[in-house]
Amino acid sequence: MERRVKISYVINLLGVLAVFLLFVLLFESRIFGAATQYIKGICTTACYTIIMVASLNLVVGCMGEFSLGHAGFVSVGAYASAIVSGALTGKGLPDLALFLIALLAGGIAAGITGVLVGIPALRLRGDYLAIVTVAFAEIIRVCFCNFSITGGGKTMSGILKLSDFYWCYWIMAACVAVMYLYIRSRFGRTVKAIREDYIAASAAGINVTYYKVLTFTVAAFFAGVGGGIYAHYMTAMIPTNFNFMYSAELLSEVIIGGIGSLTGSIIGAAFLSSLPEMMRQFSQYRMLAYSVVLIIVMIFKPGGIFGNWEFSLVRILHRAEKKGHEKAEGGVQPWKQLERKSRY
Amino acid sequence: MLKVNNLAVSYGAIKAIHGVSLEVHDGEVVSLIGANGAGKTTILRTISGLKRADDGEILFNGTDLRKMEPSKIITLKLAHVPEGRHIFPQMTVEENLEMGAFTDKKDMEANMEEVFERFSRLKERRRQLAGTLSGGEQQMLAVGRALMAKPSMILMDEPSMGLSPLLVKEIFSIIKEVNRKGITVLLVEQNAKMALSISSRAYVMETGKITISGNAGELLRDDRVRKAYLGQ
Repeated sequence: MERRVKISYVINLLGVLAVFLLFVLLFESRIFGAATQYIKGICTTACYTIIMVASLNLVVGCMGEFSLGHAGFVSVGAYASAIVSGALTGKGLPDLALFLIALLAGGIAAGITGVLVGIPALRLRGDYLAIVTVAFAEIIRVCFCNFSITGGGKTMSGILKLSDFYWCYWIMAACVAVMYLYIRSRFGRTVKAIREDYIAASAAGINVTYYKVLTFTVAAFFAGVGGGIYAHYMTAMIPTNFNFMYSAELLSEVIIGGIGSLTGSIIGAAFLSSLPEMMRQFSQYRMLAYSVVLIIVMIFKPGGIFGNWEFSLVRILHRAEKKGHEKAEGGVQPWKQLERKSRY
Repeated sequence: MLKVNNLAVSYGAIKAIHGVSLEVHDGEVVSLIGANGAGKTTILRTISGLKRADDGEILFNGTDLRKMEPSKIITLKLAHVPEGRHIFPQMTVEENLEMGAFTDKKDMEANMEEVFERFSRLKERRRQLAGTLSGGEQQMLAVGRALMAKPSMILMDEPSMGLSPLLVKEIFSIIKEVNRKGITVLLVEQNAKMALSISSRAYVMETGKITISGNAGELLRDDRVRKAYLGQ
């Protein structure tokens, strides 16, 4: 068992590395010519969006609660990390160290906010929780509009441009890996049990509030890290960037990708964050495009494109290996899962 | 083992339980029967901490459960099989059982094997999603999950609900077997005849009060019980 786990870690690491090398090859060979820098930028956008969307999927997919205030955590992370990196510039730290410290600070600040919001809010469920999270994100936004340290309602600018695609790629891979491990861990299973049946979970002795707040905090932490990358990529931001529309955008990416599938979040986030760039000439209609995509996906695939299916390199290799030996036995197929029941 | 004194529970302004007292001794199967809405389920939920009592006392081996969190109550080895099965449909059978051992992971593997031995059908389906099991299998899983906590007492809420007569028989024989292994059972049932046939004592509830109590055999012959619950 132990050996198998280790091997699967190595395989996955190699997979991530292979994708990375592919990107390096594409960019370094100047295939895109003058557009290289521009496309790199889009890829960086995709990286932080993936982190944000995947973290929201912890709440929506794993915990089964709708949060409409994820932009609140993103903004806490963005501002906290910008303030920290601003304070630490010129202290002789190498850029990467500065960047990582700033992201960590952003994540921790967002995580603390997650605890503070989660403890009162997670007593509620379903629609009620969704409304509370909206309210919370608005509070954060209004606060940031009035704090002098965040530049008030004005743009906070002059943030160091530290978000390099190559770094962001690895940070993104690490974040997604940690979230995946969280979902697959004892904690993740416990939270899933709470989602599946609240009453049975508490009857089995699970401290429901504790595990929900924990998951919410983990999600907030990663949203904060995503926000940190955002801040150091945009280098300037105003609190109104993190309005309700931003939360809704993140949520729709989760839903399109597949509620409960990190694979879906990655694909959904990567696709939808580059979609507006692809449709540059009618960019203001992108919310329209979003809506159309959402409607189409919901009609034909209510659980999202990937449902709760996860891509697994190990499984594919295993299958390929097995095929050589014998026909696969008719076990349970993960994609033939039950239609997800609405939690309301 | 379990002693409930003058329990009063309400949902908002509506009083559901008015001063119920009951007692379950070590090693017994005690059933609580009564019509819909009599408050049977409410009593079980209050005992296991899922619902708060307004007044009264719940003593389990001398510990007062009234102010305790459900997650603490189960560590006292008092398990609850909720009404309507309440399994985790999108988790596998094994994961469901694992959740049952949440508070006490020692010997989890051995325990699981024991549950699989008792319910061989669950063993065949150990990697299947629990939501794809049939009703009877789900009920077995719910019982198995409660057994994973190594309880000294189990509260069972309508284990026969929605099952075919054959499966009802099977479930009741399982309850008997569980009891024979030394686990005390407090059983809530609509199926009065079956419940009384495996119990040592029983309480009959009507609109939040206990109206008749006594030896199960006597109750089976009691005219009022026969008329109201056995349809004779």
